[in-house]
Amino acid sequence: MSQTVVEAAEPRSFRPLREYLVNGLGLLLVALVLGFLLYKAFTTPGRFFDAFVDGLNKGSLYALIALGYTLVYGIIELINFSHGDLFMLSTVVASALVVTLFGATSASVGAVLLLLVGLLLVMTAAATLNVAAERLAYRRLRRAPKLAPLITAVGLSFVYQWGGLRSNGSGQKVWPSIFKNSGFTVGGVHIEWSTVIVIGVTIPLLLLMMWVVQNTRQGKAMRATAQDQDAARLMGIDVDRTIAFTFGLGGAMAGAAGVLWIESIGSTRWDAGFRLGLYAFTAAVLGGIGRLDGAVLGGFLIGIVESVNASGLLPGGGQAWSETVVFGILILLMVFKPEGILGSPTTEKV
Amino acid sequence: MTMTTSPPATGSPSRGSGILPWARRNVWPLGFTAAAVLFFVLYQWVLANMSGPVPDFFDRWLPLSVVNQCIIWAIMAVGLNIVVGYAGLLDLGYVAFWAIGGYTAGWLMSGFFDSATVSVFGHAAAGQPHGIHINFWLVLIIAGVHTALWGLLIGAPTLRLKSDYLALVTLGFGEIIPEFFKNGDNLGGFNLTNGTRGITPLDAIPTGPFQYLSSGSLPIPAELGPFDESLKFVVYALIAAFVIFVSLRIREGRLGRAWLAIREDELAASMMGVPLMRTKLAAYAVGAAIGGIGGVCYTSAVGSIAAEDFAFSSSIILLAMVVLGGMGNVWGVMIGALVLQWINGNGLKELGNTITSATGHDINFPSYNFLVFGAILILMMLFRREGLLPESRTRQVLQEPERGQLESVGADLEGDPA
Repeated sequence: MSQTVVEAAEPRSFRPLREYLVNGLGLLLVALVLGFLLYKAFTTPGRFFDAFVDGLNKGSLYALIALGYTLVYGIIELINFSHGDLFMLSTVVASALVVTLFGATSASVGAVLLLLVGLLLVMTAAATLNVAAERLAYRRLRRAPKLAPLITAVGLSFVYQWGGLRSNGSGQKVWPSIFKNSGFTVGGVHIEWSTVIVIGVTIPLLLLMMWVVQNTRQGKAMRATAQDQDAARLMGIDVDRTIAFTFGLGGAMAGAAGVLWIESIGSTRWDAGFRLGLYAFTAAVLGGIGRLDGAVLGGFLIGIVESVNASGLLPGGGQAWSETVVFGILILLMVFKPEGILGSPTTEKV
Repeated sequence: MTMTTSPPATGSPSRGSGILPWARRNVWPLGFTAAAVLFFVLYQWVLANMSGPVPDFFDRWLPLSVVNQCIIWAIMAVGLNIVVGYAGLLDLGYVAFWAIGGYTAGWLMSGFFDSATVSVFGHAAAGQPHGIHINFWLVLIIAGVHTALWGLLIGAPTLRLKSDYLALVTLGFGEIIPEFFKNGDNLGGFNLTNGTRGITPLDAIPTGPFQYLSSGSLPIPAELGPFDESLKFVVYALIAAFVIFVSLRIREGRLGRAWLAIREDELAASMMGVPLMRTKLAAYAVGAAIGGIGGVCYTSAVGSIAAEDFAFSSSIILLAMVVLGGMGNVWGVMIGALVLQWINGNGLKELGNTITSATGHDINFPSYNFLVFGAILILMMLFRREGLLPESRTRQVLQEPERGQLESVGADLEGDPA
C-alpha cells in the first residue's frame, strides 16, 4: 500500500457552519429561558425569590451529590448510577442516627453539636460503603469494556434500593428538623434557618474539596490518575488507593448531603435516590463533567430551575412536570453542548 | 495486491444435507416450536382433564397467565437485544417504547375516545358503542410503525453521542415519556391518556377465520376472553416466534453485520463504509418497533394501561434479561427473559410460600426482588460477563485481555496477577 498517498485535505468546510448553527440555537434557548426568568423576577418578585431561595437549598444538596458523580467520572470515566441511591441510604441512616438515636429535634447547642457528630458519622459511613463498592465490584472491572461497570453500578443501585426498602418501608417517612419552620424575612422573602445551615455547611465542604484536589499530595495524585493511569503508576502513584480515595471523597459528600437533606427537606423514601441522583448527574453534566466547580455551578442551576418550575411560574409547568424539565435540560445539553458550561470539548482518543 | 479470501472461521460446524444435519443446525428454532406445542397440549388437554396434585403443582408454580407474561417480556427483551446486543447502543429507557406501544393499543382498541365512533374490523366490548375499535392484529402493525417513528425521532438528535452519554439521554427519554403519559389527562384541557386512572377495558383479541376451526375438544371463540389463556398463549408465542425470526434474519443480512461492526469498533466500521447514523437509526427503529409490539401484547394481556407500569426498573429488568441471557444471542436473551420474568412474577413468591410452609418461618420473598435482580446484574458482570448463553463473538469482545496479552503490547501492570 506504499503507493497510496493519504490526502490531507478533508471535506470539512461546511462543518464550522453547522457548529455555529447548533451553538447559536443552543444559546438562543438559554437566552430565552434566562430572559423569561428575569421577566418573572420583575413581575412577581415575591414568588420568584421564594422559589429562588428554595432552589439554593436544593441546589447545594445537588451540588454535593453531583461532586460524587463528577469525581468518579473524572477519574475512571464511570457514571456511578448507584450514587443517588447511596445518597438515599445516607438520608435513611441520618434519620435513624440524628432523629431517632440522638433525638436532636429542637434547636439547642447540644442538638447542633449532635448534628455535627451525626454529619461526621454519616459521611464516614457513606464513604466506607462507596469504597467497599469500589473494592468489591468496580476495581475488578476497571479494564473491562465500559458496559460492564455501568451495568454493575445499576445492579448496585438496585441493591441499595432494596436496603432502603427494607429499612425505610415502602412509603415516605417525614422527620422533624432541628430548625423546622423557623426563619427570618429579608425584604419580603422568607428564609428558613435550615436553608442557612445547608448552605453554611455546603460552602465550606465544597471549598475543602477543592483545596484537597488542587493543593494536596493526594489531590495531585488524583489529577494525575485521571489524566493517565499508566503514567501515574510509573510515577510511583498508588493508583488503586487513589481511586479508592476518590470514591471515599464522593461518598462522604453524598453522606453530608443526606444529613442536610434530613434537616432541610426532612423526608425519606426508598426510591428517592434514583431521581435525585439523576438530577445531580444532570447538574454535573450541565457544569461540565469532571470539573468540581462545574458540578457546583450546575447543582445550583438545576436546583433553581427545579424550584422555579415547581412554584408554577413556568406556563404549563409545575411540580408534576419537574422530571420532564430537568431531563429535558439534560437531553438538550447532550445534543447542543455535551461538554457542559465550563468544560472544554474533547476529541475521542483512538 | 493479491489476497485470497478465506472462509470465515465461525459458522455452523456441519453444512451437509439431510434431515439430521438440518435439525442440528436448527436445534433452537425446533426446540422453541416443540416447547410451545408441548405447553399448549399440556395446558389445553392434559392438565384440563386431570385432577389431583399434578395440575395443582402447575397451577401454583407455572400458571398459564405467568407463562404468557414471560413470553411478552421475552418479546420486548428480543427487541432491546437489537439495540443493546446487536448494535451495542446502551438503552436505559426502553420502557418508553413499551409505553408508546401500549398507549397506541389503548387509544385504538378501547372506548376511551368516546366522541369518535370508528371501527376497523373492531371487536368492541359489550356496552361500548363509541370509541375507536381497530382489530388487534392491525393495531400490532400500527403500533410497530408508530413506535418505530418515535425511535427515529428520539434517535436522530442523540445517536451521535458516545456510549454512556447515549445511555443517559435514553434514560432521560425513558423518564419523560411515562411522565408525559401520567400528566397527559390535562394537556391544555384535553384528556389524552386519562392520567393515573389509565385506559380500560381494552378490546379482546379476535381469532378471525380460525374460529371456524372450532371443535369439541378445541373450542375457539370469536374473541379471546379472560379465560382463554391457552389460546392467548398461542397468539403470544406466534408473535414471539415472528419477532425472533425477524431478529435472526436481520442479523444475518447486511444491516445486521453492519450493527455488529459498529458494536465492535465504531471507528473501524465507519472507515469500512458503514453509514453510522443510518445504521444506528435502523437499530433504534427496529428495536422500538418490537418494543411497541410487545407493548400492545402486554396491554392486551393485562386489559388496561396506566402510566404506573412504566418505571425505570422495567427498563433495567429488560436489560438484565438481555445481559443474563447473553447479549446478542436471541435464544439466550429469550431464555433470560423467561427465567427472570418467572422469578419476578411467580417464582420468588412460590419459593417463599414453600419455605414458609415447610419451616414455619415467614419469609416474604418478593421483598427480596430488588436484591435478587441487583445481585444477578453484579455477579454476572463480575464472573460471567458474556451471559448464560453467549454469542461466540460477544464472548471474545467482552473477555478481558489476559495479563500476558496486555504486557506483550507494552502495558506495564502492577500487583499480583489475579
